[in-house]
Amino acid sequence: MKALRKKVYMVAGYNTVSMGTGRKEFHPKKPRPDLEHYIKEAGQATLKMIGGAENVDEGVIGNFMAARFNKQANLPAFLPMIDEGLKYKPAISVEGACASGGLALASGIKSILAETADVVLAVGFEVQNTMKAMYGADVLAGAGWMKTRKEGHAYFFPGVFSKRAGAYYEKFGKEKTREAMAKWYCNAIENARLCETAQEFHNQNKDLEGTAKMPLNPKKFVDHLNYSDCSKVSDGASAIAIVSEEGLKKVGIDPKDAVEVVGIGQAASDITQEPENMTCLTTMKAAAAKAMEMAGVTVDQIGTVEVHDCFSIAGIMGAEAIGFAEEGKGVDFVLEGHTSRCGKVPFNTTGGLIGWGHPTGATGVHQAVTIWEQLTGKAGDAQIEMKEDRPYGMTVNMGGDDKSLVAIVYKRGE
Amino acid sequence: MDLVPKMKNVSVLGAAGKMGSGILVLLSFEMAKLKIGKKSNEQFVLNAIDVSQPALVNLLGYVRSQLLKHAEKNIVELREWYADKENLVDNEDVINQFVEDVMAMIQTSTRIETTYESNLIFEAIKEDKDLKVKLFSQIKQNNPNAWFLTNTSSIPIGEIEKEAGLNGDIVGYHFYNPPVIQKLLEIIKCDNTGDELNEFSIALAKSMRKIIVPSKDVAGFIGNGHFMRDALYALNQAQKLAETEGWAKAFFMIDTISRDLLVRPMGIFQLIDYVGVDVTKFILASMQPSFPNETLSHGVLNELFDREVKGGQYADGSQKDGVFKYQKGRITHVYDFGAGKYVSKEDIEMDCAAKMGELPTLKIYWKTVVRDKNKAEYLEKFFKELHQIDSVGANLAVAYGQNSKAIGQMLVDTEVAASAEDVNTVLETGFFHAYGPINDYF
Repeated sequence: MKALRKKVYMVAGYNTVSMGTGRKEFHPKKPRPDLEHYIKEAGQATLKMIGGAENVDEGVIGNFMAARFNKQANLPAFLPMIDEGLKYKPAISVEGACASGGLALASGIKSILAETADVVLAVGFEVQNTMKAMYGADVLAGAGWMKTRKEGHAYFFPGVFSKRAGAYYEKFGKEKTREAMAKWYCNAIENARLCETAQEFHNQNKDLEGTAKMPLNPKKFVDHLNYSDCSKVSDGASAIAIVSEEGLKKVGIDPKDAVEVVGIGQAASDITQEPENMTCLTTMKAAAAKAMEMAGVTVDQIGTVEVHDCFSIAGIMGAEAIGFAEEGKGVDFVLEGHTSRCGKVPFNTTGGLIGWGHPTGATGVHQAVTIWEQLTGKAGDAQIEMKEDRPYGMTVNMGGDDKSLVAIVYKRGE
Repeated sequence: MDLVPKMKNVSVLGAAGKMGSGILVLLSFEMAKLKIGKKSNEQFVLNAIDVSQPALVNLLGYVRSQLLKHAEKNIVELREWYADKENLVDNEDVINQFVEDVMAMIQTSTRIETTYESNLIFEAIKEDKDLKVKLFSQIKQNNPNAWFLTNTSSIPIGEIEKEAGLNGDIVGYHFYNPPVIQKLLEIIKCDNTGDELNEFSIALAKSMRKIIVPSKDVAGFIGNGHFMRDALYALNQAQKLAETEGWAKAFFMIDTISRDLLVRPMGIFQLIDYVGVDVTKFILASMQPSFPNETLSHGVLNELFDREVKGGQYADGSQKDGVFKYQKGRITHVYDFGAGKYVSKEDIEMDCAAKMGELPTLKIYWKTVVRDKNKAEYLEKFFKELHQIDSVGANLAVAYGQNSKAIGQMLVDTEVAASAEDVNTVLETGFFHAYGPINDYF
């Protein structure tokens, strides 16, 4: 499809706190809010902004592993829990590992295009602090091919991206890459400090660079990554409404307070296959290219990006995959400050997965909420200045090791 | 050194006790390394021996929980150990298998005869020489090749060796509480201790990643050699102070001084409560015969014991009432030795502060200082100021620090410790002091 056959908007985004280590109120041994709490909080907040549940035609819920983290399935039936007004309305749940949130958005967009709905409530959530990290790693390994689990690292996905980082070090130089990864971390935390729902909002470390440059410890962790290179273990939910032009009128929101989806690119690659290129996220590249092609924009017109930095190296390789730098030059792009909040294209302006947090099933929706906030001037302390020649925003949500991808290009509604 | 031949069959006497259970856990880690890590084909047996059957049941629960923690922490390595087990895919599978495999090596017993098959006998029973001698000699008669590693904290190893007829097959292996966490291990060779056993004990300690400090075979060794004399000094100081201030305030002030002004993790009387008034009394009694010219007992301590003011811990680790009463680890009441009853801390706190008078303006806390890079600088400033103040509190603190230093120096002079550094290592690692007693501050 070259272009969307009708206008699709997103409005009324909301993020709960991303709860986990780093938050002052988090204590691993004390009781915490459950998934019901997060789904309700996010869903109700969005409903409130769009005039209530009666305006909603359909609901979609994105989640990765509630079946194991919380022993809970049949997730569509949690939508009517948000509000009685959603009872008997169509609801669906989608799963694509850490791209589940992005897939929820894709599903909602398709409902608008299919004209089965004018207003879709999209919610993403994950509550994963129910188990210790080494057991959570087992669950998250489900985003990879289970038949490779046995030979994989105890911390499976850090192991997977550690290998990619190792390959990148070898090909493009370790020292500079580590520098860029440290810079990525510093950017993430500095941005998160400006967003009160961010997991690293309370971070007061005065020496972020020192933390990021701590020696690697392969004996206790992985060969090529530090903890600072990794996203967080998080509980949280995000919600947003996906609406048609009619839907926008129905909910009574000014287009200026909405973002328009101008391009979407989805791509999947075979989970049973090893990456064809260890230093390139080829599936992400394909999805991003599709989204930009549909939108009819180039990277030079994109003013801010929410990229899936489950690991700092994935963020850097993501900048390359989208097209901001050639393969191997993403490190320079980051080191030159282009991705920093005052740079050419601020990336992950509320911290991304490393700084804001990574409640896996919520992340794709969280990215859309952040872009909506930035493009409509609702980002509060984290607000960046959108430049005229770069009016577009972009989200890139990845499931597994470059396997399920959703890229979306947005602009402010007119 | 190949540990396997000796580690194949090991017994822990007093395994259900606080120290014994920790030693058992450490040994189970070591056996796991050999059996699972190094894929030894040998059969390994770890006998947990204790007089109390119910306590042994509880012990297994404790060991299991410790093994689980250990496995979780070391999951990266464990996956390598179990790499060839196709059916163990998730971390959880590996962790559970590890716990099962190690638990399968542990057997409980209430019978001393169980040790007759063992190559190594670790002992952590109560501090009673006659009992140790009786058990060791019985085992030795039935198991002539056994090596004994005793956790005694104060009884001279040479005396046990001689009285039990052990032919040099014993070494002092003094862990600190809790053994699984505490890095320090005092190793005490007696005159007769065999070289092979000595080498083995060092190799095992290294494998356990302990900080080894050798101590001469003198009652109390380094750790209790310092602690007991420090405690006696504190009791004497409190006794003097009690003449004018009464016992509650005296206990409270000396405790506060030894904690806050000496920058230690706990005050001296809280430490006695932690160890137990009873245990402290036993340790002193076991040391006394070796030091005929010193009085290693205290009337107040004995009287506290007789009045059942004993301290120590409950099975869940919470503190029993002793010199103080506690709530969530904090002192709430102080025992008034004169009146024979507890008084509220709040009622005496202000008076004590007034009596102690001026204190350094620089406030430093053990909790923060102990891990600070600039620890030495802070301590130097603090103690310098302390020396310049002429108040009851400051003077008592300086005298206390000087006495502690003198005890440390005496341990070096009498060759109990090989060096000042060894004394300081014991106090810093075994007692968590922020600085060693032999220093330039006092």
